[in-house]
Amino acid sequence: MTTDHRLEARAVTVGYRDRIVLAALDLTIAAGRMTGIVGANGCGKSTLLRALARLLPPTGGHVLLDGSSLQQQKSKEIARVLGLLPQGPTAPEGISVAELVGRGRHPHQRALAGWSVRDYEAVAAALDATGIADLADRSVDELSGGQRQRVWIAMALAQETDILLLDEPTTFLDVAHQVEILDLLADLNQDRGTTIVMVLHDLNLASRYCDEIVAVREGSVHAIGPPVDVVTEQLMADVFGLDSLVIADPVSGTPLVLPCGRHHVR
Amino acid sequence: MSVATLVAIRQRRLRTRTAVVAGLTAGVVAAFAASLMVGNTFYGPVDVLRVVSGQAVDGASFAVGDLRLPRATLAVLAGASLGIAGVTFQTMLRNPLAAPDIIGISAGSATAAVVGIVALGLSDTAVSFLALAAGLGTAAAIYLLAHRNGFAGTRLILIGIGVAALLDSITAYVLSRASEWDLQSAMQWLTGSLNGATWASVAPLAVACALLIPALLLLGRDLSALRLGDDTAAALGVRVRPTRLLLILAAVGLLAFATAASGPIAFVAFMAGPIAARVVGSGGSLLVPAALTGALLVLVADLVGQNAFDNRYPVGVVTGALGAPFLLFLLVRVNRSGGSL
Repeated sequence: MTTDHRLEARAVTVGYRDRIVLAALDLTIAAGRMTGIVGANGCGKSTLLRALARLLPPTGGHVLLDGSSLQQQKSKEIARVLGLLPQGPTAPEGISVAELVGRGRHPHQRALAGWSVRDYEAVAAALDATGIADLADRSVDELSGGQRQRVWIAMALAQETDILLLDEPTTFLDVAHQVEILDLLADLNQDRGTTIVMVLHDLNLASRYCDEIVAVREGSVHAIGPPVDVVTEQLMADVFGLDSLVIADPVSGTPLVLPCGRHHVR
Repeated sequence: MSVATLVAIRQRRLRTRTAVVAGLTAGVVAAFAASLMVGNTFYGPVDVLRVVSGQAVDGASFAVGDLRLPRATLAVLAGASLGIAGVTFQTMLRNPLAAPDIIGISAGSATAAVVGIVALGLSDTAVSFLALAAGLGTAAAIYLLAHRNGFAGTRLILIGIGVAALLDSITAYVLSRASEWDLQSAMQWLTGSLNGATWASVAPLAVACALLIPALLLLGRDLSALRLGDDTAAALGVRVRPTRLLLILAAVGLLAFATAASGPIAFVAFMAGPIAARVVGSGGSLLVPAALTGALLVLVADLVGQNAFDNRYPVGVVTGALGAPFLLFLLVRVNRSGGSL
């Protein structure tokens, strides 16, 4: 879309009461690329995403958007640049698809004003991009899990931000719908140049779809770089404590992790 | 998809909504008119209109002008206040059970009002402000008690029910010590009543409505965003904490002034929102529909309580009789769907 916005974490520390979750973490998000944040359960990857989205104020350090701290910028102005799809959002009962997607226009609207032509255009474009235009008048409750996730992504698209953060956008979806959602995000990245940052559990899909992998371990960035460099047998041992074989994915050539457990190994 | 198609889809839904809101408004006007005409003596529309326009009519001037008009006005204002305050809480906390009359905020205002009147002998306005302070204090206490490791809705509701029970028992105790109080007056503070409504008692509530209902409407868009969850709302640029604080202040303000004027009319704050959601569909903002539904509920319940039986019952007895089964219905339904409003 417009200029690339820079999102970076500088010595960010986040903690709850007695527990430090992120310890002086540094990270620069590659503008215009797709970044996957991976790591073991409880390593702080969701916390990192929430801190990047200003939902958790850091107790130390700063998250910088275009060089200035998020805490010092107006929330509504940030919301025009930086979007977030949280994990498992809840739709109000009975809301229509068009209306829910329209909520993405919130930072562009003023109190008591109706929808502008721009709002309608953005919502129509978001419905088209996510392939749910024919569901516009349906109630969100009636949709399947995969369709519903498309609606939420459409809402984030209607917000028209250059940076989009997603917390496990494929969780609870079957494999076909996971691929469908990731394809959709890749389209968005290629067509609009949107910077995408997402927490993902599936390392193989993350390796396939992301330009950059950020591996988080115990509250700091353990490794960052292109999947081929980062997703290795050594990393699997260090970050997940897992013996594995990493081969080239016959479909895409990206790393494919084959875990070696205690059973069924030749 | 073309913009025109999207506009058409959205306009169709908006037209339905406008029609339903217009229907609710017509219902309120009709019930208001009926409240002025029906009573011990029936006065026709002509007599009523003459009284309302300031002419003297034998008998009707007193019955309609001094008794029924303030009473019906109080019904509308209290009902609207309770309805809009209730749906604000239910929407903000994403749970129909999180209504202020379930979680003890109304009980806080009522207890303060009873103490103010019975023990301290305060004026109407002073009672209103005492009720406001107590409502806010109760809200703060419940919030602090429930706010441990985050803000869990179920926990807040359970703590609120406990607080409500405690406050209700204090109200009952204070009333039992006030020997000169008859049952009718006592009922006002236990379940709510419009008895003895005068312009003097309506005035503070009218001012509160004029200030706080527009304030809530201005916050309506942020409230709609909060309905999607605190994280999503924050991502959309809503400043969650200050917005929540303003919403609580405005809603508790309306509740407190309504409670000071009419007592905690049972279950209106709790019922208005979910009924409005059923009628208009819950996709859009429920603030105006819930206010209208609240006003309609109180007007109709008072008409029934005053005229349908051999005895006259305070409005709160009627709304209570409706509200208790509705509470059970919602408990079963929420339990099944885990749903929000």
